[in-house]
Amino acid sequence: MKILITVQEPDIKSQVDPRFGRAKYFLTVDTDTSEWQAHPNSAVVQAHGAGVAAAQWVSEQNVQAVISGDFGPNALRGLQAAGIELFTFDSQQTAEEVVESYRQNKLKKY
Amino acid sequence: MSHKGKIAVASGKGGTGKTTVATSLAVTMARKNQTVPPLFLDCDVEAPNAHLYLKPDWLKRKVVSMQIPEIDADQCIHCGLCADTCQFKALALVGEKVLVFPELCHGCGACSLVCPTNAISEKDNPIGVLESGSGLYGIQFARGVLNIGEPMAKPVISELKKWALPEQDQVMILDAPPGTTCSVVETIESADYLLLVTEPTPFGLHDLKLMLELARMMEIPHGVVINRHGIRNDSIEELCEQLGIPVLLTIPFQRKIAEGVSQGKHLVDIIPAFEEKFANLAQTILETIAANKAVVGSTHEGSRYEGGE
Repeated sequence: MKILITVQEPDIKSQVDPRFGRAKYFLTVDTDTSEWQAHPNSAVVQAHGAGVAAAQWVSEQNVQAVISGDFGPNALRGLQAAGIELFTFDSQQTAEEVVESYRQNKLKKY
Repeated sequence: MSHKGKIAVASGKGGTGKTTVATSLAVTMARKNQTVPPLFLDCDVEAPNAHLYLKPDWLKRKVVSMQIPEIDADQCIHCGLCADTCQFKALALVGEKVLVFPELCHGCGACSLVCPTNAISEKDNPIGVLESGSGLYGIQFARGVLNIGEPMAKPVISELKKWALPEQDQVMILDAPPGTTCSVVETIESADYLLLVTEPTPFGLHDLKLMLELARMMEIPHGVVINRHGIRNDSIEELCEQLGIPVLLTIPFQRKIAEGVSQGKHLVDIIPAFEEKFANLAQTILETIAANKAVVGSTHEGSRYEGGE
């Protein structure tokens, strides 16, 4: 399964980023192989429509689930149209912890 | 077509008294020149209030629409070119579907131009109305009203300015929205004079400086009215003196004025001595406009801005 987590630094041990559209980095993780990759979020430069741009980019990454703090209305519409499952952070502080919670089915559905 | 002048009344900070000053100016001009009373445009399309003072009988109405893209799913080949082209991110290609986000759309039409299969048509999306009528003392009144929930005021303001045009030798007064945003820029664009209403408070001073910068950038001759004079000591007059900007009128901070204005009365009726002050204000502004037009007329490279006195 490929999942995506919003993070503040480009690392699996990074603190999570509570924003989606204006998150600093998107971290994709293959939960089967534990391989991960960090991508800077190019949507942050948008004065308006960051949520739209971010959702479109994420929809092209072939991920099945996205975990963030919250989703703005435009991002939400875009991600839902892509059929991606959405979850929110709970007590997890780092991306590593989020991956662990995901594997244990402990994540909160949006 | 020569008309006597377009006077915009703006402020920066909201609530300083733009509408009070603008409507009193219109009433004074209409009483003094009954052959061609002024045209008054309430350009604060998000919260119009000038009608409360000028009491127009509504005669004409026009709906303002923006063109929003509509995607024909049968023609769409999901190439994503429309979404890439849109600089406002009002379109997104998600899987094999193009989503439209109407609140982000600026109606530019670029998407429909670039679509390789002509799958995009433009649909009228009403965003507001224009209304005009005849007000007190023969003042011609027009305003725009943005529909509740619509994010973009500028298209309604620009349509209003194209719809309500002054006649020859008719003064036009534009009551601007508060702030220094694109709504204000749209309102004051191509005005012959900008009257800035401020108040001697920290916010009043701060926002006046923003408006002065805007006035200089747009090269519109301008002068200041200080309302609520005496409420505090903030140094509006010093600033204006430093920058060489004329303070054309001061209105004192008096309960009587606030009470009268809250009852829909004109300042020039609440305090009759103000009728002459507003008549002088009008004359000063119109003379400045005329002087600038003479300069521009005689030397094509002449600067638009002559300054006050």
